[in-house]
Amino acid sequence: MIRAENLTKVFNRSVVAVDHVSFSVRDGEIFGFLGPNGAGKTTTINMLTTVLRPTEGCAWVMGFDVVKQAKEVRKVIGVVPQEYTADEDLTGYENVMLCADLYGVPRDVARKRALELLELVDLIDFKDKRVETYSGGMRRRLELACGLINRPKVLFLDEPTLGLDVHTRAAIWSYIKRLKEEYEMTIFMTTHYLEEADALCDRIAIIDRGKIVATGSPDGLKSSLGGDIITVTIKEGVDVTEVIKGCENVKEVRYENGSYRIKAKDGEATAPIIIEALRERGYTVVKLSLTKPTLNEVFLEYTGRALRDAEESKESFIAHRITLMRARKR
Amino acid sequence: MSSAKLVGESNPSLPRGLRALLFRELKKWLKDPVMLVMLVLQPLIWMGLLGKALNIGALFSAHNVNLPQQIPIPGDAVLVPQGLQVVVLNGTKLSQLFAGLGPEIMQSAFGTTDYFSFMSVGMVSMIVVTTTMFSGMSIVWDRRLGFLDKVLSTPVPRAAIIFAKILNATLRALFQATVILALAYLLGLRLSSTFTPLNILGVCAAIFLLSVGLSSIFIAFSIRSTRMERPMQFVALITMPLMFASNTFFPINLMPSWLQAVARANPLTYLTDAVRQLTILPTDFAALTWDFAYLIAFSTVFAVIGVLLSWRYLSL
Repeated sequence: MIRAENLTKVFNRSVVAVDHVSFSVRDGEIFGFLGPNGAGKTTTINMLTTVLRPTEGCAWVMGFDVVKQAKEVRKVIGVVPQEYTADEDLTGYENVMLCADLYGVPRDVARKRALELLELVDLIDFKDKRVETYSGGMRRRLELACGLINRPKVLFLDEPTLGLDVHTRAAIWSYIKRLKEEYEMTIFMTTHYLEEADALCDRIAIIDRGKIVATGSPDGLKSSLGGDIITVTIKEGVDVTEVIKGCENVKEVRYENGSYRIKAKDGEATAPIIIEALRERGYTVVKLSLTKPTLNEVFLEYTGRALRDAEESKESFIAHRITLMRARKR
Repeated sequence: MSSAKLVGESNPSLPRGLRALLFRELKKWLKDPVMLVMLVLQPLIWMGLLGKALNIGALFSAHNVNLPQQIPIPGDAVLVPQGLQVVVLNGTKLSQLFAGLGPEIMQSAFGTTDYFSFMSVGMVSMIVVTTTMFSGMSIVWDRRLGFLDKVLSTPVPRAAIIFAKILNATLRALFQATVILALAYLLGLRLSSTFTPLNILGVCAAIFLLSVGLSSIFIAFSIRSTRMERPMQFVALITMPLMFASNTFFPINLMPSWLQAVARANPLTYLTDAVRQLTILPTDFAALTWDFAYLIAFSTVFAVIGVLLSWRYLSL
């Protein structure tokens, strides 16, 4: 559905925002770009959505070249930017219809679909209210409705829950899932929230400083780290390291603070095997815990720092954004 | 679903995109009546205070001249002021000659005896400049708020984006200029004997031409700036010189020659003159034709340059 080859964007001949990025997005999946602010996520989206011209490299959306066939690309994609772009002075319905006009969706179809979409994102009761009066979550939902008015085959979501509280964020996730099923779309999204990538994406690419450092499903990436962490404590004060090591899927065993820290593949299945092996030899397991590695550990593994550390302070984030915005002047 | 079917579904067109984007602008405008009033208020204040305060006509009246006790006349006659009433020169009482001096000077310098009428028409030019520029500036906001990028990701023709901005600026200028002219009429603007309601169409055409030219070039300039301050500074910088280096407040032929040269290149001069010809002056068709020729040339050249510059910026 989407393919990028060595996609690169250099602003002002010096700021490398996206650095030879290659990836492909399969039909019907949710593909996520996970990375800190300023990693080049929005710039990538802007190139894929034909807003920015790549400095180097190519990209295709549904087989259309984003530079040479920009017009075709624009017709088949939907874009939900990270900013609230809906016009505050217009009503929700007027905003959706404005998008319909920009896409040239036949008017009778557009009217029906606008109502249907507003219904889907639960804004139908507020459709004639000015956007000025909407809350952050409502605005985000309206952006979703606007981005879907042309029934896109590929939807681009740029930080779909940026700045929303946890509760609203979960609600937006469920709307995205619902819309995806309803319209059978392929979704390309960016996020800097680990939980969001985990909850929504079928596959993710971890991007840092303009480069993709790892690609895979969230679970695949996590298991690529070597597996889950099982912690076991036994009643008897003997060394059972060898017993545990003999179990299937166990990769590493360490004795720490009175308990065994075990790195194992497929933790849920391995834990019972370990318990069984210990019991067969007459030991009693008194405590067991299972920890799944999170994407934060994955990020740490590939970039050498935690994603949360990579998030700069708010001030430096804004400064960075302004630099990029000026740079985008081309 | 095949991609061909999907591509066929959306059918972006210039008229529809243009209409949608223009309506958005106009709706925003109408929903902010305070701004609307403010923009009319400014030229109204200029007109009401400056136009009425600079009572240039009164400057040249006989009451304003302290006549000496005795006026020597070549030969051996002496005229006392009271004698003005009595002495008749070429069939006209001397007093009437003096009284008529003011209006005559006004007439020959300003083309009308009423300075208020003269300068209130000039206000039309002022409002055209400020309105087109302020409207053009809205594209900076569209950019900052991400709206421009969103529109650029849709298949709407790029021309629709630019034309919507230009038309929006032009329509606003037309509307506000009409309001100003109507207010000026209520405040005492004297229409010439050649004025017919049809002339209003001519006034609109002249305003339209200048607005299109000015807004095109200004939008091309604003579209490239990421901050509001720069275009604001630009407007503040350019408005005054544009107005004073033209016939808005004062006739050109009384200016120093270097300023005359500037004023004759200034498109505001031609808009102001065209509107004057059509309203307060007995229409001089040769002058009017020349005004329109200049406005058409100006607006064509600047619109083409402006649209091309914006286009280049917006296209990938």
